[in-house]
Amino acid sequence: MITAAAQEREHYLNASYGIKSWLLTKDHKRIGLLYLFTVTLFFFIGGAFATLIRIELLTPQGGLVSSETYNKLFTMHGVTMVFFFLIPSIPATLGNFFLPMMIGARDLAFPRINLLSWYLLVIGGLFALFAMLAGGVDTGWTFYTPYSTTYSNTWVIATALGIFVAGFSSILTGLNFVVTVHRMRAPGMTWFRMPLFVWSNYATALIQILGTPVLAVTMVLVFCERVFHIGIFDPALGGDPVLFQHLFWFYSHPAVYIMVLPGMGVISELISVFSRKPVFGYSFVAFSSVAIAVLGFLVWGHHLFVSTQSVYAGMVFSFLSYFVAIPSAIKVFNWTATLYKGSISFATPMLYAFGFIGLFTIGGLTGLFVAALGIDVHVTDTYFVIAHFHYIMVGGTIMAYLGGLHYWWPKITGRMYPELWARLSALVIFLGFNLTFFPQFILGYLGMPRRYHVYPDEFQVLHVLSTAGASVLAAGYLIPMVYFVWSLRYGQMAGANPWGATGLEWQTASPPPVHNFDEMPVVTHEAYDYTTVLGEVEVG
Amino acid sequence: MKFPLFPEQASNFAPETDHLLYFLLAVSVFFTVLIFGAIFYLAIRYRRRSDRELPRVLHTPMVVEVLWTVLPFGLTMIMFGWGASIFFHQSKPPDNALQIYVVGKQWMWKMQHMEGQREINELHVPVGRPIRLTMTSEDVIHSFFVPAFRTKEDVVPGRYSTSWWTPTKTGKYHLFCAEYCGTNHSRMIGWIYVMEPQEYQNWLSGGRAFGSLSENGEKLFQDLACGNCHKADGSGRCPNLVGLFGRNVQLADGRTIRADEGYIRESILQPNAKIVAGYQPLMPTFQGLVTEEGVLQLVEYIKSLGRQPGTPAEVSPNPPAPKQ
Repeated sequence: MITAAAQEREHYLNASYGIKSWLLTKDHKRIGLLYLFTVTLFFFIGGAFATLIRIELLTPQGGLVSSETYNKLFTMHGVTMVFFFLIPSIPATLGNFFLPMMIGARDLAFPRINLLSWYLLVIGGLFALFAMLAGGVDTGWTFYTPYSTTYSNTWVIATALGIFVAGFSSILTGLNFVVTVHRMRAPGMTWFRMPLFVWSNYATALIQILGTPVLAVTMVLVFCERVFHIGIFDPALGGDPVLFQHLFWFYSHPAVYIMVLPGMGVISELISVFSRKPVFGYSFVAFSSVAIAVLGFLVWGHHLFVSTQSVYAGMVFSFLSYFVAIPSAIKVFNWTATLYKGSISFATPMLYAFGFIGLFTIGGLTGLFVAALGIDVHVTDTYFVIAHFHYIMVGGTIMAYLGGLHYWWPKITGRMYPELWARLSALVIFLGFNLTFFPQFILGYLGMPRRYHVYPDEFQVLHVLSTAGASVLAAGYLIPMVYFVWSLRYGQMAGANPWGATGLEWQTASPPPVHNFDEMPVVTHEAYDYTTVLGEVEVG
Repeated sequence: MKFPLFPEQASNFAPETDHLLYFLLAVSVFFTVLIFGAIFYLAIRYRRRSDRELPRVLHTPMVVEVLWTVLPFGLTMIMFGWGASIFFHQSKPPDNALQIYVVGKQWMWKMQHMEGQREINELHVPVGRPIRLTMTSEDVIHSFFVPAFRTKEDVVPGRYSTSWWTPTKTGKYHLFCAEYCGTNHSRMIGWIYVMEPQEYQNWLSGGRAFGSLSENGEKLFQDLACGNCHKADGSGRCPNLVGLFGRNVQLADGRTIRADEGYIRESILQPNAKIVAGYQPLMPTFQGLVTEEGVLQLVEYIKSLGRQPGTPAEVSPNPPAPKQ
């Protein structure tokens, strides 16, 4: 672990030792690391499924695995990545660790509930893992009825139970964040002095609290129909199959914003620090997070344009979907404008931020395509949609997650990562990502449907390109794994504030003491006021 | 090896959809170049030259924020209006459309022509004539997707959905199931054959057809003894079906609904869901006794009973005075 020079000073990592000191910890920083470990594990499990999918799709006739297996692979890829990696990723790791520090608090409002929420994620994850090992599930991560309730012969209930339990983890994290932001800000930390990462996690927490219960209810209804044959969704039992889609997307569309809003918060921090300027239009960026959280609840029907929903409902949902595009555009414009007359550093986290803006721009713009009714009729349920949401969730969220991880790594561990390798892997990830997913836009418009094990020959060239890109992308994800671990022992010692950042988390030692601050911080300036720290920047 | 970038245009909706696509592409390329260009330029122009440099804080001009909120919003409203108009067009099949019935099941497409021809995973249609599909599923949700036509509509158990298009080019086009439906989802595919009208006529007369749809429906109507209650002269215990299709029906609960395909299907399978005013809930369900294809034949038979000349526009709320 962290050794040598940091030995004398007590901090959160060396204050106590032993497995119990971690599994029963109430320290938000240690819980953040427990989450980091857990979601990394799920990321590599989900990634392994993706690898098999991409290899299978090299050939049109599907020789590697059977159709049953292929269907399970894309289902388990989706379930793992969405519910056990993307949703907890930034809020539960970086948010857990840094949200209290950024507002000058010693911990989250409910440390025990925080630990409980990690256990819930683990228990939910174990249910899902059990389902995968016992034989898998083949409904798609969307669990559309009546296939999931009546027809599938796979482990639907175990998986749904896993998602149900993990949902409470998300709800409790959200609850903890909201109370912490309301009640535990340091003296002088007014709402409009809060870093934008806190704003975006606050907005995310609102969605987690208000949306996730609907998913829980939906999973219970699936359970009731599948186990007790109570007719809710299956028309053969008197139910309505499209009702499921309304309930599912009422949570799962806002869930997209649970996945991407915290990433936007990370990017706001990175763009500011590495331009050494306050974020352009701070209040617009802050309110756009809240606007996305609110509007995100009003657009679920755009997943149902061809689901026999009424024509007029389709029009209303298309109209409202364009409203949610605007706050995202505002963010992109403000980030770009922040660079103007800045002092721009090309440190690794900033490269990830640039990557995020580029990929999120493409993901967001193609969102305008799928929100247009006439286009969506053609591209829904094709690879166009796959490409679109991977640009948002992988190109957006994972770039932000990695950017944030590099940025805060010195604070978390007290060590620097190797800069050259880090820049190289950021570049590899960006190129690999585009090569993987850009061809899928073309595939989708050509008509290649999603969730196809075998496909017509004419789509093969683009699938091969995509698989080639995925290989590059996989290499890009493995490099940081290696050097992060390496840096724990061999990384250069990081000072308290290696980037010259203004956030309160940088005004305490690296790694932070158990109670974060030796003295209660008092905030006297706006966020991102670099005149306050520049004197302390370590030159060289 | 073929390497196309755009799919073939083979229906009236293909150019409509593609024109909107070109507009969206133009807007997207513009903004992508703008953002990427700005980031490259600004990042290099204002790169950090000294570790101690501190840029001046710029005041955020309100006008900039308003401008880049309002302009994109205006553009998105064009996208909305344009997309919605195509969608609205797709929801209104013309009256002269050729009717075809589609039943999806794991994992095949079953098509029925009015003349009685049945096809599996293939559909033959004439070029230049609007085609209207009325679709349902026997099991899970499927989706009828023809990329060359730019149309897609889910095929949902328990209800009828419709889709329409006019093929504009003869040829052979992919039909895909686009909604994941289980193990062999990716094999639930087929071909649409668009033929010259004369060729289509030849194909129709060459096919093995055992009576037209409505003839088969009539036979089923007799086999199931529907006519014992639904008497054509209106003297039965149940509503007279002559001239029913397309009329407004007054229900016992006071609502008035239009008798379309979905209503007739529901009345066969769940007779008590909507009771016609003045009648008793006597009819048993035919769920399980008649297949989805059979229901479609019955629907087509009831449609063929047509409108009697001179009948009022409303189905009479009371049975025509059962003489006692």
